[in-house]
Amino acid sequence: MAKRIVTLTVNGATTQLLLPEHRTLLELLRHELGLVGTKHGCDLGECGTCTVLVDGRPVLSCLTLAAQAEGRSVTTIEGLARDGRPDRLQTVFAELGAAQCGYCTPAMLLTARALLDARPDPSRDDIKQALAGNLCRCTGYNKILDAVEMVARESAV
Amino acid sequence: MEPEHTVVGRPRPRVDAMAQTTGRLRYADDLILPGTLIGRQLRSPHAHALITAIDTSRAEELEGVLAVITGRHLPTPYGILPVSEDEHALAVEKVRYVGEPVAAVAALDAETAEEALRRIRVDYEPIVDVATIGEALTEDRPRIHGDGVGPNVHRRVALEFGDVDSGFARADHIREDLFFFGGNTHAALELHAALASSDPDGKLTVWSSTQVPHYLQRTVAKVLDLAMNRVRVIATPSGGGFGGKTDLFSHELVAAKLSLLTGRPVKITLTREEVFYTHRGRHPVLMWLRTGFRSDGSITSMHLRTHLDGGAYGSYGMASLYYTGALQTSTYRIPNYRFEGVRVFTNKPPCGPKRGHGTPQPRFALECHLDQAAAELGLDPAAIRLRNAVEPHTMTVNHLRVTSCGLRQCIEKVVEASAFDAKYGHLRPGHGVGLAVGAYLSGAGLPIYFNDMPQSEVQIKVDRGGGVTVYSMAVDIGQGSTTMLATVVGERLGLEPGELAMVTADTDLTPVDLGSYSSRVTFMAGNAALKAADGIRAMVFEAVAEELEATVADLVAAHGRIFVRGTPEAGMAWTDAVRAATERFGPLVAAGSYRAPDLAGPYRGSGVGISPAYSFSAAVVEVECDRDTGMVEVKKVWLAHDIGRAINPLAVEGQIEGSVYMALGEALFEEQAFRRTLHRGPSLLDYKMPTFLEMPPVESILVESVDPEGPFGAKEVGQGPLLPVIPAVANAIHDALGVRIDEVPITPDKIVAALRDLGRGGPGRVGPTDLPDFDFGRPWPVEPPEGFGSP
Repeated sequence: MAKRIVTLTVNGATTQLLLPEHRTLLELLRHELGLVGTKHGCDLGECGTCTVLVDGRPVLSCLTLAAQAEGRSVTTIEGLARDGRPDRLQTVFAELGAAQCGYCTPAMLLTARALLDARPDPSRDDIKQALAGNLCRCTGYNKILDAVEMVARESAV
Repeated sequence: MEPEHTVVGRPRPRVDAMAQTTGRLRYADDLILPGTLIGRQLRSPHAHALITAIDTSRAEELEGVLAVITGRHLPTPYGILPVSEDEHALAVEKVRYVGEPVAAVAALDAETAEEALRRIRVDYEPIVDVATIGEALTEDRPRIHGDGVGPNVHRRVALEFGDVDSGFARADHIREDLFFFGGNTHAALELHAALASSDPDGKLTVWSSTQVPHYLQRTVAKVLDLAMNRVRVIATPSGGGFGGKTDLFSHELVAAKLSLLTGRPVKITLTREEVFYTHRGRHPVLMWLRTGFRSDGSITSMHLRTHLDGGAYGSYGMASLYYTGALQTSTYRIPNYRFEGVRVFTNKPPCGPKRGHGTPQPRFALECHLDQAAAELGLDPAAIRLRNAVEPHTMTVNHLRVTSCGLRQCIEKVVEASAFDAKYGHLRPGHGVGLAVGAYLSGAGLPIYFNDMPQSEVQIKVDRGGGVTVYSMAVDIGQGSTTMLATVVGERLGLEPGELAMVTADTDLTPVDLGSYSSRVTFMAGNAALKAADGIRAMVFEAVAEELEATVADLVAAHGRIFVRGTPEAGMAWTDAVRAATERFGPLVAAGSYRAPDLAGPYRGSGVGISPAYSFSAAVVEVECDRDTGMVEVKKVWLAHDIGRAINPLAVEGQIEGSVYMALGEALFEEQAFRRTLHRGPSLLDYKMPTFLEMPPVESILVESVDPEGPFGAKEVGQGPLLPVIPAVANAIHDALGVRIDEVPITPDKIVAALRDLGRGGPGRVGPTDLPDFDFGRPWPVEPPEGFGSP
């Protein structure tokens, strides 16, 4: 089994690992680093549940080889809080009931954060488009939309 | 005046909401113990075949493989229902569907486990498969269970309540229709996972994403031949259930066995493809419905036939079969009713319970049928439903006891909010609205295995810092049951739900709750929690009354204090009250339990459908349809739900919105489809479910009928709101286009076909056109309950 050394930054900390070449970023995060806040729902890029941010952009970690993250900066749900304070999206998702079982939530939050960073004042349709690759089986999506919209409006003020 | 409640009735987040949004909630597959082995299962590529030989020697030789097992290692059959224990953890002698587990391995890592599976050689002798309800009912196919050939009937039922023939004789108008409801699956985003760990002192612990830890504990003990007290089951926070994790699964038993054999922890996480084969989802049901009406729209008689495609095993199917006939009477006063049903075996993944269990299919049929009858009688859809609506505190002809009932208000409110009267028949072409109703249980009246013990128990202890710990086996599958329990207890003790410590879903630590199924948790565990909280409250109040020289009846618990009603300053802080009570009574512990009243009727099968209370719902769906492509866009859904009382309106809305979402998926997209007996697309790419882009706004309207037996008057909301939405979509499409799609899912090809048919002067209908021949036998005559008069 061919291996290679991968160096990447995860949630601000640079780390170096010796990994089989076929190891995915999802496996690296969950199995090597114990960052199990990143979930998996299909391992085929269909559900969006494994989304993490690579250099600030949402990426399906189940379809990304760990080697492709070489030299990049990865943010997982464990790294979304800043200075020990949860991201406003995390608090508002909690308050508005945007999570039921919570399984899709980490990926939703990261995708929403990437959207708001790129486009601070999105329309409701923009939010739908940005999150359309993330499936949720519990909420019916509306409370997630409400939460992202509320945070966008707050930061626009 | 002080409000009646200080905690109950306020919208509040889940008690674990921040754990969820920070990624700190630990699901089954997130757990790992030192030395954990990876388990994998080998699955059958054949739908129906005899296993003539299995050779595992090459797998056993592989370095890193610690155990290989086959059906002979787990010979004890089991099944969730004691009446159909027809499964083995690994197939014995025969496989019955593509994807059935045949062998399993435990290895140091996933790659080694997968290589080991490739090295197992299984010799199969394929036999003729059974793919459809029609094939299952023929005489010449091999039996899937049992020997020889013959009809593959799992169970048939025929019941007659009242006098159906004379009811039809009194009708001014009779209508009959055929419907088909395609099967679909839960597709919870969390993949099923189980971690098992045996310790050298003979105790086995299983962590699983199960909705039924108590039943799993019983079954692990039975299949592994262990005393129940040697088995601990911990239901992990669930990444979605919807009924999909209420059965007992091969991977749970296999992980346990592999751990016993290796002495090491073993984890099995299914792949998405395996979850599709594991299934236990919505039964495909072929239905025939005949109803007699007076000219004013009142129902005189009803005759329903259901044919369920059960797949390869029993699962909950016996209950599913009876459920297809049980709840029609819970919304409409039906004076005479005949129900005939049959569940067949086919060589496909077993069907079981999904949100609404056995009731969305006949509800779809009934509500579409009723709209058409209304049109023929010159009535509007709301009028015919109001004409027949069940009233509070009545018995149905099949002996269901209806207590609180806000059905009428649900219809009226949803019609008003949606401006249904102004829209129905009046929107521009391609646009339409549809109305439908439904009702559902607040918990199955009977447990799954016969016993007279409580169906839910809760314990509470209070520590010296005033900390309150609540113990319950109820499983939070995302519906918010843990928050519900904390809210009920918090209300009675005057504490914020977030202040309580919640210990749930662990068979070693928590007293029994039968599980998160049949919408039973709020009603049953909620009532048990209420009683346990009142046990603590009684001790604390007695001690406080003495200290304050007040009477217990005058005391109130609110905002962290116990005080005399009307004078909050005359009171004690909760922590001081706890000290006083502990001085007086010693350790502050209390237990409460709930068992549903005995509601069974005088006939076999009456255990299915009874419940201590029913929720009621009404939905209006507005659609826009494209005549050229057959595409349907749902513009908005209005849903009124009789919740009894909303213990937490935020959670109630969440369940309504989630039910609407799941119903829209079933109505328009989702189907567990097969190419004969081979799954067409066991992936989330092929199994289409609504995304953000397909989901319309939902207006939730809560009707509070305050149930006399529910905790604070509460009833269920997890499943009921799904029921009316599917037929409301079909009715809205009819309003928009004039076509009837009597078959779910209503995909664009069916709409286009129906429009073509309409254009050629046909009826503009797509749906089943005939039924297989089947003799249901003479119906068992059941007298209506006392006081139930014919109109």
